[in-house]
This record gives sequence, structure tokens and C-alpha cells, in this order.
Amino acid sequence: MSEKNIPAKKRIKDLNSLEKVYFPEILKALKLTLKTMFRPKFTMQYPEEKFIPTGSYRGRPILVMENNGEERCVACGLCARVCPPLAIEVQAAETEKEKERYPVRFEINMLRCIFCGFCEEVCPEEAIVMSKDYELAFTKREDAIYGKDKLLVPVNQLPDKIGFLRNYR
Amino acid sequence: MEAIGNLLWTIVSFYNFLLIRIVIVLVLMLLTAAYLVYFERKISAWIQDRIGPNRVGWKGALQSFADVFKLLLKEDIVPDNANKRIHTLAPMLALFVAFTTYAVIPIGPGLNIAGYEIPLVIADVNIGVLYILALTSLGVYAITFAGWSSGSKYSLLGGIRSSAQMISYEISMGFSIGGVVLLSESLRPIAIVESQSGWMWNAFVQPIGFITFLVSAFAETNRLPFDLPEAEPELVGGYHTEYSSMKFAAFFLAEYANMLIASTLIVTLYLGGWQIPYIETFGLSSGLVLALQIAGFLLKVGLLLFFFIWVRWTIPRFRYDQLMSLGWKVMFPLSLLNIVWVAFLIMVFRI
Repeated sequence: MSEKNIPAKKRIKDLNSLEKVYFPEILKALKLTLKTMFRPKFTMQYPEEKFIPTGSYRGRPILVMENNGEERCVACGLCARVCPPLAIEVQAAETEKEKERYPVRFEINMLRCIFCGFCEEVCPEEAIVMSKDYELAFTKREDAIYGKDKLLVPVNQLPDKIGFLRNYR
Repeated sequence: MEAIGNLLWTIVSFYNFLLIRIVIVLVLMLLTAAYLVYFERKISAWIQDRIGPNRVGWKGALQSFADVFKLLLKEDIVPDNANKRIHTLAPMLALFVAFTTYAVIPIGPGLNIAGYEIPLVIADVNIGVLYILALTSLGVYAITFAGWSSGSKYSLLGGIRSSAQMISYEISMGFSIGGVVLLSESLRPIAIVESQSGWMWNAFVQPIGFITFLVSAFAETNRLPFDLPEAEPELVGGYHTEYSSMKFAAFFLAEYANMLIASTLIVTLYLGGWQIPYIETFGLSSGLVLALQIAGFLLKVGLLLFFFIWVRWTIPRFRYDQLMSLGWKVMFPLSLLNIVWVAFLIMVFRI
């Protein structure tokens, strides 16, 4: 039977006499903590030293701006549809350009956003992606609603993210 | 003008500069207590793979002063159910005990400046050890009063635990000291230090007594393996749950001052006090020897204080019944055994 091979939980009566004295065990513990004391620490001194996330990081969602200064978004509204906390609002309009539709208004309420990344996943145009920006603090509720002016980020600033999406999505 | 000068000189030089010695020792104690808080936080951080306070001053060196200012500026709250007089008395008593105990502990041998023989101890009394034992047992009252007068069940439980714990461990502490006194044939701290010349430190001569005294000292100072009076997870904060502002700071300070006293006492009784073994055979000048001896004393105390903090962040708290059975069934018989051992040594070697 395999059950016999599993060692039973050690009880007080199973301790050997050296362990019962308790003193050597204390010395062992002291040795361990002394060793830990001299281990290198990996604390980051945050405001001075910042964490740089990798491409897969889900920071605040942003809209990708093409090199000609236009957004990629075609205002299909899928992101707004899939957004669990209803943080995204898109208002579409028509345009003469090839993509035919563009968002007149695109707002993300950062107080609502839960950084789930569904918008990024659902976007057919790779137009909305999660950036590496994690420093989000507001002093007013109005400040937390990001319009197109704050959301648009040039595509050449996002090589990590775009590369990640190309390779792993 | 000259009269005032003479008067001042008389006051200052009274009893071999007693006042100056008191001021120096008090300032040293307060500074050490403040920096103990800092080092406690630092060492705990290192043990837990953290960095610790590093914002106030160089590497956080002024952190404890910032803490004191914060506590001073806080509101002093006395609960409605508290017995206000005793509630106020308790922290004062704790501080009083912590500060007065230090009076009999010698830092070094006598100093001779310009014809004045200055002993490096505030009061060289011949019942010094007894005085320390008496005052530390007075310290129980501070905690018990604090627990009882707060009008809170957690405080009361902490106070009761502390009185039971401290009284139990005082017995093994007293018996451990018995071994030391048997060897030195004196209760005078300086005589006890002088009796441990060379490598005849009591820690080596009577290791059992050293261990029982060390463990009892941990229990007496309410340090971690025995910090049941505070026991944050069970009793909120134990006896100082209902204290705030400077009264809390007084307890806090008293705890660290007690730690310092326990360390100096262990050094005096068991680790040869200021003595560095065989320093007189190196042929150094007397001034250098004195400086080395004081430095040696401070180093020993510092290492012990580090040990106190190190143990605190290593060993988990004892359960109340374990604490009691350890005190009565292990430490007490061991300290008795130590007395027998010392008596045996005296009988055989006629020390």
C-alpha cells in the first residue's frame, strides 16, 4: 500500500531528544536569520527608481496613433461593448479616408477601468492597447476621464507592446 | 562672582562629579534607547529581506527622533473607564524603574583626573545587585497598573500575564544571580566584575546559570519569545492598548531602556564587565587600557543588544502555558542546579 510510505505528521512524541531540548533548534533558527540578514535586498526605491514593465504589462489603455497623426481606431465599439465596468465610451463618425469610420469622441473613465485588457484583446485593428503607464493618480474626478487628447500615443513609442501582441496573441 | 563660581564648583564636584556622571549616563541611555528603536527596525527589515527606514536623515538615522516628535504631537487619550491617576502613574513608574536601575552598573574601572578619583559608576553601593533585583520587580507594578487601570479587558489580560510571567521568572533570575554571588562573595557590581579576571568569566564558569539568566532577562524585559503582555495578535497591544501619545512613548522607551539594562547587567554579571582578558600583560599605557576597557564594555553591551533584537525576529512567541512550564519546570530547576554546580566548584577548587 502506498499509504504506508507517506510519513505521518511529526508529533511531539516523535521528536528526538535533541529536538526536545529546543536549544539547538533555536541556534539553527538564529543561524538562518543571520544568513538572511546579509542577503542582497531587492527593494526598489520607488519614486527615484521606477519599475519598467515588460511588453505584456497591462497598464492604462491607450489609443494607437499612426505616424501620420491619425488614430487607428475605426470606432467599431467592440471595446466599449466588451468592457466589464463600462469604462469606455465611443462615438463614431464617418470619414472620407480609407477606413471610413473614426471616433469623434473616445473616452475612458480611469476610475472605472479595471485593467482587464479585454479591450486590447477584442480590438480588430490593434488600435487600443494596454500601455506600460501605471502611475495614475487624480486630484479631481473630472481628471480621471481621459479623452482622445490623453489617450493617443504614437505607434513608435509602443514597440514592446505591439511586438508582444504580434508574437503571442 | 567668585562666590558663585565656588558654589557652582562645589555643586558640580559634589561626590566626585556625581551630577555630571548622572547627566552623561542619562543622555547615553536615552540616545541608546532611541537608536535601539532604529536598529530594531533596521535589523528586523534585514532579517525579513527588506531595507527598513531610510528616508529621515542619512539611511534613516533620524527616524526615531521623527517617531518621538510624532508621538509628542499626538492627542493624549485617557479612556472613560480608566482610573486616571493610576493610568498616568503607570508609564512614569515604568520610566522611573528603567532609568534608576542603571545607577549601579559600572562602565569601567575608576578614572583619575587632576587628583579627583572618579568612579565610572553613579553609585558604588555594596548591595548593587539587590538594588537591581528590587527595582526590576518594581517594574512589574508599572505594567500591572497599566493593565488594570485602563479599564479594558485586553489591557487587564496583558497586565495579569505580565505579573505572572515576571514573578515566575524573577525566581530563576534570582537563583542564577545566587551562583554569581557565591563566586564573587559580594553583591557589589564592581567586586563582581573584578572577580571575573582573565577568562574566568561567569558565562564560562557557570554556563547553565548564564543561560537561565539570559532567558529570564528576556522574560523580564518582555522581549519577543516572552512578550505575552503585549501579544499583538491576541491582546491588541496588551497592557499599553489604551495608551497614546507620550504615555505610550514612555512605555516604549522603558522597554528599550530595560533591554539596555538587561544587557549591561548580563555583561556585568556574566561577561566580565569592562574587563578584557589579560590586557595588563600587553604593556599598554594606563590611559589606553582604560579607553579599551570602556570600549570593550560598550562592545559587549552592543553585541548583547543585537542578540536581543536578533532573537526577537527569529523565535515565535511561546504559548502562555508553555511559558509557565518553561519558567517553573525548566528554568527554576536549572538555576538550582547551577547553584549546586557553583558550590561544587568552590568546594573542589577552593576558588
